[in-house]
Amino acid sequence: MIAIIDYNAGNTRSVKNALERLGYEAMVTSDADMISKADKVIFPGVGEAGSAMKYLRELNLDLAIKSLTQPFLGICLGLQLMCLYSEEGDTTGLGIYDTEVRKFPPTSLVPHMGWNTLTDLKGPLFSGLPESSDLYFVHSYYAGLCCETAATCEYIFPFSAACREIISLPFNSIRKNRLTPESTY
Amino acid sequence: MLKKRIIPCLDIKNGRTVKGVNFLGLRDAGDPIELARRYVQEGADELVFLDISATIENRSTLVSMVEKIAHEINIPFTVGGGISSLEEARVLIRAGADKVSINSAAVKSPNLIAEIAGSLGNQCVVLAIDTKFVENDWLVYVHGGKTPTDLRTLDWVIQAEKLGAGEILLTSMDHDGVQNGFALEITQAVCEIVNLPVIASGGAGRKEHFKNLFEKTAASAALAASIFHFEEIGVPELKNYLRTENIPIR
Repeated sequence: MIAIIDYNAGNTRSVKNALERLGYEAMVTSDADMISKADKVIFPGVGEAGSAMKYLRELNLDLAIKSLTQPFLGICLGLQLMCLYSEEGDTTGLGIYDTEVRKFPPTSLVPHMGWNTLTDLKGPLFSGLPESSDLYFVHSYYAGLCCETAATCEYIFPFSAACREIISLPFNSIRKNRLTPESTY
Repeated sequence: MLKKRIIPCLDIKNGRTVKGVNFLGLRDAGDPIELARRYVQEGADELVFLDISATIENRSTLVSMVEKIAHEINIPFTVGGGISSLEEARVLIRAGADKVSINSAAVKSPNLIAEIAGSLGNQCVVLAIDTKFVENDWLVYVHGGKTPTDLRTLDWVIQAEKLGAGEILLTSMDHDGVQNGFALEITQAVCEIVNLPVIASGGAGRKEHFKNLFEKTAASAALAASIFHFEEIGVPELKNYLRTENIPIR
């Protein structure tokens, strides 16, 4: 069973829909015990970092997430909260990735919104996805490049479009791409 | 490279897609879910669903429609029409909408923009503006274009950006439904005054109108309804044309 973490932030439904379209069962839950027992865990999210992190702490999910060992995928706000720090709401993150999340500077339109090109794909997450595929991005904050960067997108400058060991995507919803579930979620 | 977006818009009334001319005279344009599916297959970049009959009684119908759409399609979509509270926005996002668009309620209580942005993120707040050129200035209209206000469109977008709107959906009522091209001047004026993506809406009738929009303004996206619904121009045909004209298109 795949667990989708429910923390009152956003797009759990679209993640569940995508999994169902691919023929996988998933449950949406905020129960730390259920999450730790799942085969795979997805940490989705559309929302604001400060209030989301506060909610995670209230449910003790911050500690639960850090202790997970199974395959884990953070998407969008999920990725943001897995970094050391986010400028959004001056939020301390879970610190899983050694990078900070900053707001795009106002030298171009913010949010970065629309279909943009993914390059330098690394790791099994992207097997089956050609280099330079277009994916839909919608975000005002970005994770800087770091040694864990697994895909790069360029908007104003290059940023981490995905990070691994455990895999996280900054774009908004897994409905937006056509990766295989083994390699993604 | 970030691409320009082509967005079919589906105006929904009592569960059907409808389209009017200058906000009046509605024609039936089919089942929204079927249409949505067709647009996805044709390569639409995003969809917008506006519930123009939005009432309290219809709200649960809209939510179940959003759930169905989210299940059916794999591109982002925005839902709007009568959203007047954070809770309503949250319900629609949780049902699977990627963004919500707000219009009249935000004019009445601008802080609604900040509330939704603060809780669900700016990226999901689309401020829809219906605007009309009146006595030398572009003014905001509310209630589906029925009610004029004193609010200047350019003042309103500046305020909306400060409050946390993530995107502007700008419809020129003077151009909507008449297929004579987009309102280039007000669209560009809005693009210049805010640092947000702007979706231009109203007036698309020919492929050249889209080219003009993307060449003469900084609009991030073009939205149209009738020309797509009634298959006057197909999305693939339009996108091929724009590509040959060197507009960045997916």
